[in-house]
Amino acid sequence: MSTEVSPALNITPRVISTQPRRSDKVFRGVVTAGGLSSLLILGLIALFLGWRGFDVMRTQGISFITSSDWSISTDDLGNVVESNFGLAAMLVGTILCALIAVVIALPISVFSALFLNFYAPNWLKRILVSTIDMMAAFPSILFGIWGFLVLMPSVEYWAKLLHKYLGFIPIFDIKVPVYTRSPFVAGVVLAIMIIPIITSVSREVFSQAPLDRIQAAYALGATRWAMIKAVVIPHGRSGVIGGAMLGLGRAMGETVAVFTVLNIVFQINWQMLLGAGGNVASLIILKFGDASPYEINALMGAGLVLFILTLIVNGIANQIVKRTGKSGR
Amino acid sequence: MTIIEVKPTKPWAATPADRFRDIVILLGAIVASFLFVAATPMKGKLAYFFTFFFFYMCATAGYKLVTRGNMAARDALVSSVVSIGAVATLIPIISILATVVSKGVKGLHWSLFTTDMSLATPTDPIVAGGLLHAITGTITLVVLSLIISVPIGILTALYMTEIKGRLIGPIRFLVQAMSGVPSIVAGLFILSSVLYPITKAYSGFMGVLALSILMIPTIARTSEEVLNLIPNDLREAGVALGGTQWRTVAMIVLPAAKSGLVTAMILGVARIAGETAPLLLLTGGGDRVNPNPFDGPMGSLPYYIWKSFNAGSPEAITRAWAGLLVLVLLVLILFTAARMLGGKKK
Repeated sequence: MSTEVSPALNITPRVISTQPRRSDKVFRGVVTAGGLSSLLILGLIALFLGWRGFDVMRTQGISFITSSDWSISTDDLGNVVESNFGLAAMLVGTILCALIAVVIALPISVFSALFLNFYAPNWLKRILVSTIDMMAAFPSILFGIWGFLVLMPSVEYWAKLLHKYLGFIPIFDIKVPVYTRSPFVAGVVLAIMIIPIITSVSREVFSQAPLDRIQAAYALGATRWAMIKAVVIPHGRSGVIGGAMLGLGRAMGETVAVFTVLNIVFQINWQMLLGAGGNVASLIILKFGDASPYEINALMGAGLVLFILTLIVNGIANQIVKRTGKSGR
Repeated sequence: MTIIEVKPTKPWAATPADRFRDIVILLGAIVASFLFVAATPMKGKLAYFFTFFFFYMCATAGYKLVTRGNMAARDALVSSVVSIGAVATLIPIISILATVVSKGVKGLHWSLFTTDMSLATPTDPIVAGGLLHAITGTITLVVLSLIISVPIGILTALYMTEIKGRLIGPIRFLVQAMSGVPSIVAGLFILSSVLYPITKAYSGFMGVLALSILMIPTIARTSEEVLNLIPNDLREAGVALGGTQWRTVAMIVLPAAKSGLVTAMILGVARIAGETAPLLLLTGGGDRVNPNPFDGPMGSLPYYIWKSFNAGSPEAITRAWAGLLVLVLLVLILFTAARMLGGKKK
């Protein structure tokens, strides 16, 4: 009928390129640079604290983390004559306070997470979740002042009870009856601060428990507790441990709240009820005000130790939480 | 033939008899705990709390044991224990809020918002001096921190959601690690890297730099979650219309995620508004309104609270509580705003 060729046959093949245009190259470059900023900042933190603290750490050697003496003496001209910087008591105190906090906060948080997910009616759950999230946003100085003025008297009373009835257990035993500003008080305040964190991580992990297994457990006639024991806890166990470690990391780095309720003493003390503790972050606040430049370098070194400690704890915690999310047990 | 009219029932709901029984058990436990505390040398709120839960637990578990057997009793026992956990979480929140309001109200007065502390000391009577320098300082710090950390935070989130390069795993790990950096370490870092070698003087801007380090991970993580919720169809539609990736992200993805990104910013602000430790190291905490963040010490609410609290006299403590009340109200307002914006999205 017609002799004209279909137009499609005349078109030369089109070139399709996967090469991004110049605007996209710029965009990708800028975004990648922004993404790498976290690497840059973390690297710079380690670099600068290490650079400032290097001098002190080299002269102190291993005793920077094994001795517990923190003293500096200067002559009349302000030159350093003799100095000893040891963090051992502070490190022990930091770990002790954080452990007390996790031991107190973990059961409470797991119970509240279970309550929120499996017991609370929907309206109550909504209110409680936003209340607990709100608590995570409270400023730490608020916990510190509240802990000092309101909580400490009751905690001292609990400490006396613990000592009276459980004093035969070594950790609750103290030689001198001084209960004020002890690691136990700091631990309780820290526990209150990390409950929201552990609760929200646990809640997240528990809510990922496979619904079909939950329903299967109910269909087999399980009570709510039997279902939780058989399905939810095996699924969420390692996630809860990760959440607890996140809380541990937060408790180790907390500064102002601990400083207000803890009595800093440069002596290794494992008795949690005794009013003498240590804390790396609080040490920095305590000594910063009237520190000489040389001592400030020592504080930088202390900051580096704290930084590395929290980085390790947080890193492990995040890996654990991430792995739980994927495993479909 | 009779027609049977079926009355709708709720077989799963509690019957009046069930409710009555629950209330009896609850009241019984309360009465028993009062009697027990009165009869023994125990005293204090804690004693009431524990005996009440003990009796309540025994009563519910015992009832279930008699009516439905061993497993049901254990279930009831765990229900009570789990509720204790939730109550124990709530007690501190309620106590903190009640204390802040009841103690802070005493320190509130109008000149608090119109005068600063340049002519008053924390131990003066409460009507002297005010919070103006602290409030303006905190606002300055927050706004400047936002200007620095919002672009970096959102770029980090964009890298994880739009580019998805090879570094996505390490970067996500680093952002999480960064959110765990103790605030005092951020302060020390700025002290060692900027304040000592370069500026050699306290100023608000030093505080801003430290606060930004704390704010970036919060913004990055929340923004990443928000951007992940944007359906991929939108991105594909943008590219199919001939847009470059840059135009697609700037014109389609970011506007679609606008309210979520605002939520991320607000959460970031709530994270840093009450941050104290780095400000103690870096800002110098002036008592006068200082509009220039690059020169001279700058006051802020946390610093003011800290200073008043450490002054120790009753007036100073009242000042600290008033400052805390203002700070908590600020955080609560921000948090509620974030919730409402975030809630609308779903």
